[in-house]
Amino acid sequence: MREITYRQALNEALAEELERDPNVFLMGEEVAEYNGAYKVSQGLLERFGAKRIIDTPISENGFAGLGVGAAMVGLRPIIEFMTFSFSLVAFDQVVNNAPNMLTMSGGQFNIPITFRGPNGPAHQLGATHSHATECLYANTPGLKICTPATPRDAKGLLKTAIRDNDPVLVLEVELLYSSKGMVEDENVELLIPLGEAEVKREGSDVTIICYAQTVPLALAAAETLENEEEISAEVLDLRSIKPLDMEAILNSVSKTHRVVIVEQDRPFCGVGAEVTYRIQKEIFDQLDAPVLRVCQEDVAMPYNERLEMAVLPSAEKLIAAVKKVCYA
Amino acid sequence: MPEIQMPKLSDTMTEGTLVAWKKKKGDKVTTGEVIAEIETDKATMEWESPEDGTLTEIYVEEGGKVDVGVKIAFIGAEGEAAPKEEKKKEPEPKAKEEEKKEQKETEKPAPAKEKEPETAPPQEKKETKAAEKKPAPKVEGGDEARVKASPIARRLAAEQGIDLSTVQGTGPDGRVTENDVRGVMKSKGPAPQPKSVPSRIAAAEGSRISLTGMRKVIAERLVESKGPVPHFYLNIEIDAGPLMTKRTELKSAGEKSDTAKITVNDFILKAAVEAAVKVPKANASFDGDAIVQYNDVNLGIAVALEEGLVTPVIRAAQGKSLREISETVKDLAHRARNKRMKPEEFQGGNFTVSNLGSYGIDNFLAIINPPQGFILSIGAVVKKAVVDDSDHIVTGQRMSIGMSCDHRVIDGALGAEYLKALRQLLENPTLLLI
Repeated sequence: MREITYRQALNEALAEELERDPNVFLMGEEVAEYNGAYKVSQGLLERFGAKRIIDTPISENGFAGLGVGAAMVGLRPIIEFMTFSFSLVAFDQVVNNAPNMLTMSGGQFNIPITFRGPNGPAHQLGATHSHATECLYANTPGLKICTPATPRDAKGLLKTAIRDNDPVLVLEVELLYSSKGMVEDENVELLIPLGEAEVKREGSDVTIICYAQTVPLALAAAETLENEEEISAEVLDLRSIKPLDMEAILNSVSKTHRVVIVEQDRPFCGVGAEVTYRIQKEIFDQLDAPVLRVCQEDVAMPYNERLEMAVLPSAEKLIAAVKKVCYA
Repeated sequence: MPEIQMPKLSDTMTEGTLVAWKKKKGDKVTTGEVIAEIETDKATMEWESPEDGTLTEIYVEEGGKVDVGVKIAFIGAEGEAAPKEEKKKEPEPKAKEEEKKEQKETEKPAPAKEKEPETAPPQEKKETKAAEKKPAPKVEGGDEARVKASPIARRLAAEQGIDLSTVQGTGPDGRVTENDVRGVMKSKGPAPQPKSVPSRIAAAEGSRISLTGMRKVIAERLVESKGPVPHFYLNIEIDAGPLMTKRTELKSAGEKSDTAKITVNDFILKAAVEAAVKVPKANASFDGDAIVQYNDVNLGIAVALEEGLVTPVIRAAQGKSLREISETVKDLAHRARNKRMKPEEFQGGNFTVSNLGSYGIDNFLAIINPPQGFILSIGAVVKKAVVDDSDHIVTGQRMSIGMSCDHRVIDGALGAEYLKALRQLLENPTLLLI
């Protein structure tokens, strides 16, 4: 094991899969000459050449569709969106073509495509560049979605996504690109299956369900709760939104009996809404308090920094919610 | 303050049942006047008003069981009303109020709300009333569905046979939470059988008998004892011949007087006290960082009741004659059986004598009643073949005495010394008459 950044972990995953399978290629805005808007594809053009690391014009609907077509003829495209806010102009390709092709072709065409890039609000990017799209895509049958929060998960999930025979969205976190964490050595094949949540911190009084950028938030809040409130919080990182690891969720909640879901997306039809529904449906008798969610406010993301902070989930909001479900 | 709370009427009392109100709402009361009957874990007691005034509010109805410290009534000056506002603000008034408001808003159909403004104050009053009712846990059936409880609290209560309406809810708006039910389970004693054998339990379980206050205390105290108190046991068998003879003598000699009423057990109690006087180190108990030796010999006696047992205490028994001990025991036992004992009469024993002789038990070893230092277990007097001083086998009368000691206070040698003194007294019972 060694410590590397989230960015480096993604870079290694791309390089390893490009190396392993000549059908894999990376396409997107600024991925080649500029080494990626966030430097995730650093050095890949030099190593794998312009045929496999392809710069595109600003034309998301075009290159996403190109990717779907390439997948239909047997390639394994990795489509980078500079941010998933821009995937919205390729909505038809991501939501309509990629996930439906297998069904619409009567099973003739698998679409082994990976859409990846930063997703969710970062810092003062304004309403149009701050979209958390997971709830939009999770609503679509046929798409798999993972949301790595650590370098290790980033590497292991991206590699798995590239090898998957169906469309997978790897929703990265801009604010975590420079974060560091322990990852297996380069000679170790690291594959983390889709649909496996991970307990990032054990606890007994409450389960905090989180993913992507709310994982570090939850871990910090759990620490504060332990020290200041004597509340032992279990932090469960979903890692994949779809498939959803219900077993891990139910196990943890059956142990703690109290749940707070902290997520970066919106309240209405957000990921937490579905998780909440399933918890109460499956293990109603295990609950000691209503499930609470901490998520964005239901408004357009303000540019103003203070207003943005007020709209986003925060440690304070999370701690207050945990105390409420713990009757503390 | 004129707000009256559930009093702590015994050391071990954590909750009390309001058996009966002797005064009605609106009645005048004076200090010292009996206003209610309260059942503690040990006994039902009359409870006197601590205030002069008018019983303006009753929060806990008859049959209600609440924790010590929970308000049960309000005694105000004439015309003074109970403070409506404060009443419901128990642990976290703000959250409660907010939630209440929210609920009200969602419950209320919009049009009704619109024509509400001028009637707003009465509506608030109604809320207060509803909240007022909440802490009085009615035991009558049918209201179960209206008890607010979290799903797991509900499930646990069902599993444990706990009536949810008797559980004090600490959640918002009085919601019974998992912790509230676990609290009740804890006070009920150890959890029942593990879940791994549900079918067997289901088959074997004929009925569930809810624990009475007394049974709960028995369970708590004995678990408290066997867990942390390191028990060890000593056993002797004494020659009960002289004792039986002496007792018969007293019986026939005093046919017309009260000496006829002196029992073998009275002799044993007297001997236990005298032995403690002779071996004062045994008259002690463990108290954290010290051993406390007592001047008085406060003797506990285990009295079996239909629903359990209690251990009333004969205080300063070292100064009491056999006759006085006999009389005290009869009085205590009688009142214990009628649940008419004062709490202090259960408290402060230094050690206990438990006698199962009349139940035909040959010998046994009782569990110490903490924080006492030891307990004597008296078996039945039985006829046995014994070897006498001249090596002949003869018919003897023997009695087995067990002594369970808290090893932190009493070591083997000290226990032996006490038993030696006890044997000497019981085998020479004339000494007990002096």
